[in-house]
Amino acid sequence: MVAKVRAPGFYRAGLMAALGVAFAAGLVALVRSTSELHPVFKGAAVTQVALIAAPLFFLVGLGAFDYWFYWASGRPTRPEDHSGHGARSWRDYFRVNTDHKVIGIQYTVTSFFFLLVGGLMAMLMRAELAQPGSQFVDANTFNGLFSVHASLLIFLFIIPVFAGLANFVLPLMIGAPDMAFPRLNALSYWLLPIAGLMMLASFFAPGGSFASGWTAYAPLSDTAPLGQSFFTIAVQFAGASSIATALNFLVTIITMRAPGMSFFRMPLLVWANFATSLLVVIATPFIAASQFFVLLDRGLGFNFFNAGHGGDVLMYQHVFWFYSHPAVYIMMLPGFGIISEILAVKSRKPIFGYRMMAFSLLAIVVLGFTVWAHHMFTSGMQAWIRIPMMITTAIIAVPTGIKIFSWLATLWKGVLRLDTPMLFALGFLTMFTLGGISGVMLSMIPFDIHVSDTYFIVAHIHYVLFGGSLFTIFAGVYYWFPKMTGRMFDERLGRIHFWLTFIFFNLTFAPMHVIGIDGMPRRVADYTSNYADWNLIISLASFVLGLSTLVFLYNIVSSWRTGVRAPANPWRGLTLEWQVSSPPPIFNFDSLPTVVGGPYEYGVPGAVHGVFKGGAEVRPTPAGTVAQPSTQ
Amino acid sequence: MRNRPLVQAGLVAVVATALGIALGLGIRWFPEQASTQAHRVDTLYDVLIVASVPMFVLVVTVVLFSVWKFRMRPGEETKDGPPIHGNTRLEVLWTAFPAVLLISLCSYAYVVLTDVERKPAGREMYINVTSQQFAWSFEYPAAATGGQPMQSTELYLPKDQPVQFKIQSKDVIHAFFVPAFRVQIDAVPGQTTTVRATPSRIGDYPLICAELCGLGHSTMRSTVHVVTPAAFTRWLKSRQAPGLSPSAGPGALAAAGKTVFTGGAGCGGCHTLADAGTSASVGPDLGKTLGADAKRRGKPLDAFIRESITAPNAFLAPGYPSGVMPQNFGSTLSKAQVDGLVAYLTKVTAK
Repeated sequence: MVAKVRAPGFYRAGLMAALGVAFAAGLVALVRSTSELHPVFKGAAVTQVALIAAPLFFLVGLGAFDYWFYWASGRPTRPEDHSGHGARSWRDYFRVNTDHKVIGIQYTVTSFFFLLVGGLMAMLMRAELAQPGSQFVDANTFNGLFSVHASLLIFLFIIPVFAGLANFVLPLMIGAPDMAFPRLNALSYWLLPIAGLMMLASFFAPGGSFASGWTAYAPLSDTAPLGQSFFTIAVQFAGASSIATALNFLVTIITMRAPGMSFFRMPLLVWANFATSLLVVIATPFIAASQFFVLLDRGLGFNFFNAGHGGDVLMYQHVFWFYSHPAVYIMMLPGFGIISEILAVKSRKPIFGYRMMAFSLLAIVVLGFTVWAHHMFTSGMQAWIRIPMMITTAIIAVPTGIKIFSWLATLWKGVLRLDTPMLFALGFLTMFTLGGISGVMLSMIPFDIHVSDTYFIVAHIHYVLFGGSLFTIFAGVYYWFPKMTGRMFDERLGRIHFWLTFIFFNLTFAPMHVIGIDGMPRRVADYTSNYADWNLIISLASFVLGLSTLVFLYNIVSSWRTGVRAPANPWRGLTLEWQVSSPPPIFNFDSLPTVVGGPYEYGVPGAVHGVFKGGAEVRPTPAGTVAQPSTQ
Repeated sequence: MRNRPLVQAGLVAVVATALGIALGLGIRWFPEQASTQAHRVDTLYDVLIVASVPMFVLVVTVVLFSVWKFRMRPGEETKDGPPIHGNTRLEVLWTAFPAVLLISLCSYAYVVLTDVERKPAGREMYINVTSQQFAWSFEYPAAATGGQPMQSTELYLPKDQPVQFKIQSKDVIHAFFVPAFRVQIDAVPGQTTTVRATPSRIGDYPLICAELCGLGHSTMRSTVHVVTPAAFTRWLKSRQAPGLSPSAGPGALAAAGKTVFTGGAGCGGCHTLADAGTSASVGPDLGKTLGADAKRRGKPLDAFIRESITAPNAFLAPGYPSGVMPQNFGSTLSKAQVDGLVAYLTKVTAK
């Protein structure tokens, strides 16, 4: 038992978390007694300090910092014997593991868990909104549901699931044995479940969960009950995780590319994650700042957003959106990368205009920082700022348009494999175009003024994040499922999943454009009866949309357990991840590849992307090739 | 035709575009136009539809056409497409054309914006709007009433009279949104925001809080009454008249109070009261709690009700926090309205 508690793991982590709570209580008591504040133990104060301290203590207990502590204290560090690499049983996924492939799966599975939780909350909301009046939940619970729904799906699903997929495939694609900082990678992962569970735990706080939306506008968030602090602090953990992973991607991409892998021979998924990581590293500190302001206002009585004491209410929105608009691209660019991979392979053609595809990503990164105040056209900020923000917002559609048109040209005259990943990719192409078009409409100030904070916004954001991001995530999960698990998924179920999702997604979200322009505000627990018919249709469609996820879950779980063994290269892809076994060997490559050409030279006779030592060339392998021997 | 996929796809796209535009312009998207600003915004939207539909149709047509024409057929399992890497002319075209289109749309939107926000030629009426969780109140300054400034919980506007609303908030951010006017602006603590509208159509239109403001956000609604100038003057006079004469029977007073409860004062936005048919749960259920709470407070029922309206923090119903109910009904409601409310609530809870 003592050995179990001394060794890194969940026992020690639990003990340390308890210590963290005790530390918080002690610190609060010390400060409050020296400041002569009564009572000395104040529940809300202890909770807020514990929310910061306990997770850090927990991570120490889990062993996330062991190596650095050994090094810092001058004790001999344990040389990495790589025994922590790879996963031999499901238990290995519950340990601190430094293998990028294990971390990728940890990330992906964890974020899908939060997708299901967030989706269930949406079902509850739609149940309440099926009819006018109050049926299932009261106003406080309803406000909590949409706030936690959005926060989970943004911070715990879309952003990390892209990091998870890229974690798995990006080092493989550039011919690297792992990420540049494997221990930092493990730490980034373990910050995530902490953030997610903290957001969920807010439902148990006195006064209910945080209920001021994922935007947490001050001063509403300043004065909200204790649950708000759970959001404020959880965002710090999720943000720290994002930043660490983005740094890791940047260093990995810049320093660990295989010989011959110049920037313009990188697959577009790598380009997309390069661009995304730049956004994350530059922008994420701003949301951290905005939430620290709120935390200081709440916990220590600062007056950043208290207008009565010289605070500036609008500043919150500027700082918040300076992150949260680029965050929209953080949630979209990795998806662009996934789509580029899939469309090239499934159309059997090179990506049309590869260089413009890469440059348009960088253009979006730069322009993405110049549009934030288009979220504030009705906020009461200086009127003239609206004009340049309108123009940049409209202009950012140009690089996005370049990508859409180039994808269309990639399809043209190809030989299209219309399997599940491809269907989701094509679904993305059409649905994201709709979301982009409503985005351009929203940039037009007079129209935006009318639809601000209405269901039109709800429709737009879901066309972008569901029809856009989630479709690319499904496409990517199906596409790399054979590589990640070594099994093939059930193609028939995959198609059923696609069509259910595609049809009921549209039935759910398209009518929201109509009721939005008609004046139905968003974030309301109740509405006037003239919107009742549409809301009933939306609710019914959304329930089927929710159920369609069960098809996906069943497919993934049963295929992972008993699916047909996957060959190394089931899609005849040229990029490097398909040139190793499925799943890949522990250190990815038995011999490091040398890259000699572009990643998408389909249709070019004799073209290769990379060669392995010993002369083996990286060529497309026909479908149905016998699986390479398993590494286990 | 058989080998001219571009021509075929083009024909399909033209037909689909025509149908899409007809549909987009045919749908009745907006609520009725009740201000001179409204039709400019609606026309802008029509232009956006006309510009957007071809873009969407283009994408969908190319996708569907590729799926139909270029899908893998049996025997093509190892076939690749032609290695086309790009086409500079095409890429320049699809960069430049959208840029020109978007800049044109922005220019047009800018013109519309300056039009709808321009100071009107005639005399402008100012109305001060105060928002708080979860109610609106309005102050008509002396220039508008022609006499004393007047507080009101109801918003009456004379038709064709340009109005500028000056909006403030007492607590958190709210948003002043009148869909029928196509105007919206946030109410921000610590500053005054303004928005213009010229009502152009007689009728009652919803005023909605569009910015999440807390527990009772979805109940923070009111009505904009656009009336003839003569009716507006009559309303002003009635507001300034002393309360119903004491000779008016308690029945008439209570009936007037019920109108105030469900309409002008917006009590039903937060309170359940079976007799008035309201069912909100931000504050206590008045039909059930007033009698018992008056006993706890040790006051006669009518005095307790009057106190609870004008000084709600003096006694809090058990389980309800202080400061949620606006503190200023004593000034935003006229004396007649408070008298009516007291009479009405006394009557329905005394039973």
